Amino acid sequence: MALEPGSPGPQSVEARPSAWGGLLAILDTPQKRGIAIVLILAAMVIAPQAFGPYATVILTNALLYTILALGLNVVVGYAGLLDLGYAAFFAVGAYSVGILTTEFGWNFWATIPVAVIVAMIAGVIIGGPTLRLRSDYLAIVTLGFGEIVRIAARNLQITGAASGISGIEQPWLFGWHIARQVDFYYVFLVLAVIAVLTSVRLANSRLGRAWLYVRHDEDAAEAMGIDRVRVKLAAYIIGAIYGSIGGAFFAVNLTAISPQSFSFQQSTLFLMAVVLGGMGKIPGVILGAFVVVLGPELLRDLGSFRYLVFAIGLLLIMLFRPSGIWPAGGKR
Amino acid sequence: MALLELNGVALGFAGNAVLQDVNFAVGERAIASLIGPNGAGKTSLFNCITGFYKPQRGSIAFDGAQMLALKPWQVTRAGIARTFQNVRLFRQMSVLENVMSGQHCRTSAGAIGAILRPPAQRREEQHIREVASACLRFVGIDPEEWGRDATTLAYGHQRRVEIARALATEPKLLLLDEPAAGLTKGEKAELVTLIGRIRDERDVAVLLIEHDTSLVMSISERVSVLDHGVMIAEGAPKEIQANPRVIEAYLGSEDAEAALAL
Amino acid sequence: MTLTTILAQQLVNGLVLGSFYALVALGYTMVFGVVKLLNFAHGDLYMVGAFTGLLALSAVAGTAGTSWVGVGLSILLAMIAVGFLGVVIERIAYAPMLKAPRLSILITALAVSLVLQNGVLTLSNGQVLAFSPRLGFAGINLGPVFINYKQIALAGTAAVLMIALEFFISRTQYGRAMRAVSVDRDMSELMGIDVNRVIAVTFFVGSALAGAAGTMAGAYYGSVWYFMGFIIGLKAFTAAVIGGIGSIPGAMLGGLVLGLLESFGTQIPGIGSEWKDVFSFSVLILVLVFKPTGLLGKSEQERM
Repeated sequence: MALEPGSPGPQSVEARPSAWGGLLAILDTPQKRGIAIVLILAAMVIAPQAFGPYATVILTNALLYTILALGLNVVVGYAGLLDLGYAAFFAVGAYSVGILTTEFGWNFWATIPVAVIVAMIAGVIIGGPTLRLRSDYLAIVTLGFGEIVRIAARNLQITGAASGISGIEQPWLFGWHIARQVDFYYVFLVLAVIAVLTSVRLANSRLGRAWLYVRHDEDAAEAMGIDRVRVKLAAYIIGAIYGSIGGAFFAVNLTAISPQSFSFQQSTLFLMAVVLGGMGKIPGVILGAFVVVLGPELLRDLGSFRYLVFAIGLLLIMLFRPSGIWPAGGKR
Repeated sequence: MALLELNGVALGFAGNAVLQDVNFAVGERAIASLIGPNGAGKTSLFNCITGFYKPQRGSIAFDGAQMLALKPWQVTRAGIARTFQNVRLFRQMSVLENVMSGQHCRTSAGAIGAILRPPAQRREEQHIREVASACLRFVGIDPEEWGRDATTLAYGHQRRVEIARALATEPKLLLLDEPAAGLTKGEKAELVTLIGRIRDERDVAVLLIEHDTSLVMSISERVSVLDHGVMIAEGAPKEIQANPRVIEAYLGSEDAEAALAL
Repeated sequence: MTLTTILAQQLVNGLVLGSFYALVALGYTMVFGVVKLLNFAHGDLYMVGAFTGLLALSAVAGTAGTSWVGVGLSILLAMIAVGFLGVVIERIAYAPMLKAPRLSILITALAVSLVLQNGVLTLSNGQVLAFSPRLGFAGINLGPVFINYKQIALAGTAAVLMIALEFFISRTQYGRAMRAVSVDRDMSELMGIDVNRVIAVTFFVGSALAGAAGTMAGAYYGSVWYFMGFIIGLKAFTAAVIGGIGSIPGAMLGGLVLGLLESFGTQIPGIGSEWKDVFSFSVLILVLVFKPTGLLGKSEQERM
């Protein structure tokens, strides 16, 4: 199926607001949409050569945020759970890789399944008892968990305490040493594309619909036989998986990680990426991720003022355009 | 043995007794109604049956199994579906997607299936759409409408979509909470036909809560009357209409119209 | 030092700490009662209170000095300023969002919090500023325990504020209206209560209390920092939950309980000061999972 959150039957009126929103006017056929996607991908592929090494670093970061924002989008945008501690899963992925490679000499590729499994376990432990709480409480509890993970990372010996872990070895793949920044750029590009495809498939599936049913009317969803706790937990765990994979590759990209990267500020940046672009819409989330990463770069001259600009931006969006900055469109 | 059996069910909130020692049964393939003045506890009884409220005392058995400890989604899976007093369709989702929600409990594809799309998952998705389409055709919603946002439909059509949604869960018992509220005379007649067909063509027992007494009397095989949480009469429609206790209960309440209709 | 000395000292510390938590928790719980929203920015109001107190102290230093009188005046000024800030925030950010989906209003509250934090960050350049009142280090000895005057003043002020609040709630018209709106908003409106006014007053009082706590904290600990509201916000929420969210005596009780738990908790071998936050959050999670209504809250059975 195409990227359309589809409904069969005549396409005369969109039942669910389209992911393409206002762009629908210009990109009104699947062919045009396909061409747009190909063009964007082509641009992404030549970007390092076109824009130079500094831009490559920034764009790599933007791709990392894309992956994480898509993961958080499943939790917040699809299932409607406000998670303020998403950085915890990011940390789990990064530290699993860091510890297993530096302390135990594991091969990077072998650590990935471990990172994912640990994140899933963390998701079950955190989500299991708390997902049935009302949304305000859930938000604060997830924040609390995020803090617990960060403080633990900062105080345990095995995580390197406040200085973190350094000297993480960069991986080899069939003779290709993934070590240069441009290498990581392409790795993250591939991961981002996989993340997008996965999110699209999840959205257009039985589970994706279940998230929407639960989000729109929990009790009616239960009455239709949907176990809402299980559905929410699935969203939470899937979000955890995205987060830990992002964290794993982040660790080998930087070769060093420290607790500062996993703070509440980080969690709010991920959330901003999801919200700014328009919660639940994949193109919007990608845009949001790029805005969150590129924005501070473009506003560099403003110094610490730029985060204030972001915060005010978020507030203005919530007050005046809660569906995000992605052009709205299509009949509701 | 009855399909649905309630024994000694009692329910109270913060000191108010909502249901007191209710004994009630619905037979297989029956069409039964639950009536009573406003505030009698009818919707609360529905909520007990469907697992949204937990009675303090009593037992509820369905198809031989105990229902009391079950959560609402488990009750639906066991074969009891419902509609709501104020239509609760999922906003911003199409008519077809709304009805597809009913098939969730009859299918099993999870995240892995969603991502990898193996043939089994694709067949299942196809099946979900087919069942939902069949339900929509059954209740008489034109395919032209299936792609529309469900909440933009005409009220009468929304009510039918809700019924289709409940039927999509493949229930053995369908609970309809005031299905005729807000319908025109013509729509009510169609509803009566539909209820009959649900039982005849799909083998589903139907239990309605309804205030339109003439509709109740014309379609029900058995009528039960609830007043202030107590079951005061049960029987064939003619018997209920002649029952002095029932008439008194209605006269004593603001439901004068219903009393006159009796 | 004997065990009893240590425990007694921790008891004092716990009560002092608990007073802070109680004051901030009260604001949280009051706001939750009337608008059923956890004001995520509440902790940051405490932080703004601390900064405002600092500014106020420098302003009045000439006339009232920087000792007790000066500090007292600063607290008062901070309370008024932060109270108004709270009302402004409510009018601008929350009032328009009350009909929106839950998720939106929660994110709005988060946005307000970030604006406050980053605003102060920009203004203060992220530095920790010194708050130096001349309060001295003198105190009294109560048995084996030394309680300094600052602690007494702090606990005392907190107690006075809480008593004043209690009086406000139970004796004044606004107080009664506030309770009515917490219980049933629509009914209150039908009874002729100006709900918007009541909400504004509630925000004023709740924020003023947080502002007072902030100034006192600044004076007590000697420094203010743009991020100090974050942790306090979480702790205050924990305290409110322990006591039962929506319950005013609960917030007071919860604050004291949390303060004591933290003070005694840090004495448990293994839990040093680094882990005390983890300890508090764990308490929060355990309470929410096992007894979400807290000590004094009422159980909700939702009607459909």
